[in-house]
Amino acid sequence: MKTYLLVIVLLLGATPMAHAKIYEHTLANGLKVVVDEDHRAPVVVQQIWYKAGSIDETEGKTGIAHVLEHMMFKGTKAVPAGEFSRRIAAAGGRENAFTSSDYTAYFQQLHKSKLPLAMKLEADRMRNLNLSAAEFAKEIKVIMEERRWRTDDDARALLQEKMMAVIYQEHPYHHPVIGWMSDLEATTVGDAQAWYQRWYAPNNATLVIAGDVNAQEVFAQAQRYYGNIPRRALPVRRDFIEPKQIGIKRLVVKAPAELPQLVMSYQAPVLQNPAQDWRPYALEVLAGILNGNDSARLNKHLVREQQIASDVGAGYDPAARGPGLFTLEATPTTGKSVQDAETALRKEIALLVQDGVSAEELQRVKAQVTAGEVYKLDSTFYRAMQIGQMESIGLGYRAIPLMLEKIQAVTAGQVQQVAKEVLVDDALTVAVLDPQPLSDKPKHAQGNFHVH
Amino acid sequence: MSTNIFKVCAAVVVCALNSVAYATPNIQHWQSSSGAKVLFVEDRDIPMLDVAVSVPAGSSFDTAQKSGTAGLTQQLLNLGSQGLSEDDIARGIADLGAQLGGSFDQDRASVSLRTLSDQAVRDKAVSIMARVLQHPVFAPDILAREKTRVISALKEAETKPENIADKAFQKAVFGAHPYALPVSGEVASVTAVTAQDLQDFYRAHYNAQRAVVAIMGDVTRAQAEAIAEQLTGELPRADAPAALPEVAKQIAASEQRIAHPATQSHILIGAPGMSRTDPDYFPLYVGNYILGGGGFVSRLMSEVREKRGLVYSVYSYFMPLKQTGAFQIGLQTKKEQADDALLLVRKTLADFVAYGPTEKELLAAKQNIVGGFPLRIDSNRKILDYLSVIGFYDMPLTYLDDFPARVEHVTVAQIRDAFKRHIDPQHMATVMVGAPEDSPPSGKPDGGATLHQGAGK
Repeated sequence: MKTYLLVIVLLLGATPMAHAKIYEHTLANGLKVVVDEDHRAPVVVQQIWYKAGSIDETEGKTGIAHVLEHMMFKGTKAVPAGEFSRRIAAAGGRENAFTSSDYTAYFQQLHKSKLPLAMKLEADRMRNLNLSAAEFAKEIKVIMEERRWRTDDDARALLQEKMMAVIYQEHPYHHPVIGWMSDLEATTVGDAQAWYQRWYAPNNATLVIAGDVNAQEVFAQAQRYYGNIPRRALPVRRDFIEPKQIGIKRLVVKAPAELPQLVMSYQAPVLQNPAQDWRPYALEVLAGILNGNDSARLNKHLVREQQIASDVGAGYDPAARGPGLFTLEATPTTGKSVQDAETALRKEIALLVQDGVSAEELQRVKAQVTAGEVYKLDSTFYRAMQIGQMESIGLGYRAIPLMLEKIQAVTAGQVQQVAKEVLVDDALTVAVLDPQPLSDKPKHAQGNFHVH
Repeated sequence: MSTNIFKVCAAVVVCALNSVAYATPNIQHWQSSSGAKVLFVEDRDIPMLDVAVSVPAGSSFDTAQKSGTAGLTQQLLNLGSQGLSEDDIARGIADLGAQLGGSFDQDRASVSLRTLSDQAVRDKAVSIMARVLQHPVFAPDILAREKTRVISALKEAETKPENIADKAFQKAVFGAHPYALPVSGEVASVTAVTAQDLQDFYRAHYNAQRAVVAIMGDVTRAQAEAIAEQLTGELPRADAPAALPEVAKQIAASEQRIAHPATQSHILIGAPGMSRTDPDYFPLYVGNYILGGGGFVSRLMSEVREKRGLVYSVYSYFMPLKQTGAFQIGLQTKKEQADDALLLVRKTLADFVAYGPTEKELLAAKQNIVGGFPLRIDSNRKILDYLSVIGFYDMPLTYLDDFPARVEHVTVAQIRDAFKRHIDPQHMATVMVGAPEDSPPSGKPDGGATLHQGAGK
């Protein structure tokens, strides 16, 4: 036990380092600028986060948040299509963008001297995007290829997509971020334009700059490049309340694969008030106890001891704009069925509810969380990500250290209690991947290999 | 990475060109008493330590009959040592908040550790790593369990178009060379592997004299020396294994079309490319950036995606290995347009090999690669990986210092010349999984794997 104590004390001492040098300033147009100074290497990352994700989409127009993300690289009056990427590349930069259910973000990583260029380009496309029908016609095809690759031809992604559509009846999390194919086929450049005008405003964004910079200089640069973009009235956001689930749901997805897969997702609370909530923290610890390390319960019991599963998973994300899920997964090992896997997972839940967790397990998870805070110092990009996510979700980056304290305060009793409350059948959806043989099983090339 | 432990870039020309001075980590190096090569960068900014030990024990040291032995050996290292059960190892590491990992490819097997640098924590973590590396037990019951898992994963992979394509591609490019062996083995060969095989493989390939220890982080030189001794002093002694045969530089053109129910065709095109120490490394590296390595701004991306919307992803790369590794172009596109996309890619490659890049393209490539140099070494993790690669492939310790200038000195003529000598568009292996059913010229009605005349003949 001495070791644990030592680790915790050491880490609690080290933790504030991660957020000791964060500064914020909000421009008059509502753009919030957050700077994480890190002088270890002469590099900087710029991330701009728009609070607009698939959660904000409407029926029949799914995928439009992601479509616009692609179109943001297609030029402005001053910077023609493709030129954004060329200029960032010529500055030695790396760049990309990503869309989630809750937000859309764009980033560039460069030498610190190139930050003004990145700001100038990013500010330009916040205001002056030139959406052309010709570029749109090409890019929507690219996005359909992306959908085929990511989802349609990937059995597990397909299972995930169909499962979300079963879990959520009314909430927009029902829809995939990439959009349904028929919606993509019906999407027009006008839809992209409307989305851009609705959400791409400084007062709907957070600018995160992390790296070898001076915060005051960054604020001045932000004012210079972003400051004259006018604030815009944002539409009222509809707050969807998913109707309470009142009974177990089950689905089966048949797709080409060899191994079956079992996913069990429980409706779960997310953080609303980081200072007062306790359940989300207890759920995070619970996920860690089940699958946070190689000695965690699911791996130890299901993979190593009982040999029922060849792979297991447990996941929970406490921070989201919409409702949360606590998810367990298992891939049955050869000779075992998804029923065996479900029985085994349910046994683990029963064990948790009856006997709770040991002080040792609790401490092990906390040790990992705190060490993770030190390791996080090695990734400027990841820290910027965390700030952007927390701001976009509405919890704010200032909650990050508080959340760490709260995790340290979770008790074994709370973990047991939250397992009892959350892991109940009435809030459960069970999804099974039923593997289908390839209709044309590839034959081996050897033997009839001929070359000219 | 405080600046005091960095030395200023020696490539003055380059630095001046970009009006910034690049600093590179100060690499210390020595040989441990066991004969291992040690590379160390001291960095006190974060109270943590990264260590990786690499040995030449990758899948190219497998035989076809027992392919998968090398991978299982690496995989079982942390699943039981003398005096430590697999659960002791897992719990011991987790209790410290440490991370024990590793990597595995054709050339190299490695074990890595990330831990807090506090001495009490670090000592425990390093001592677990030392046992894992030097005293594995390869228990038969654990091997049986892990073989079942590996075989499940291999069977799953046999249904995935990208994996089917990769396996066929490696075979077409490397033929009988061990680089063609699948890194995790095959169902039949893994089934045949015994605990004795792992023990034998371990004794033959996990040797101190050929080990490379990379250490990065918050320890002193003396502490780093002690760690290197602790991690390698008890590794088995053995003579060097027989050298790998050379990879044939040129292959016959081939094209395999393999049926698959996926909506997209997965296409791989390639040939033997270059080794890690090839004299043409920089011209090929910079040239490939222009052809298909430079993300959104490459020629392949521009032709196939930006201008025509045929793909989400298209890329090319050289995989530099100890021997000649593969050059590969990859893309996925819906079946109906797969043949059009393939033609376009072939034309783009042929043009590039015939005429090389333009001066403008070369300038843009240099601006990106040289200007982006600081991003390559902006974290402990990245520097650790460089230390391992530099040590493992016997690259000069000044590799990072020299890198910007080496890129800067590449010319259009060098790229054209190097591509002409290494990449012959008439001698490419092509694999298309999920080939269009009605596709010309020889799609068989039974949908089985078919082959037809290679491109350009």
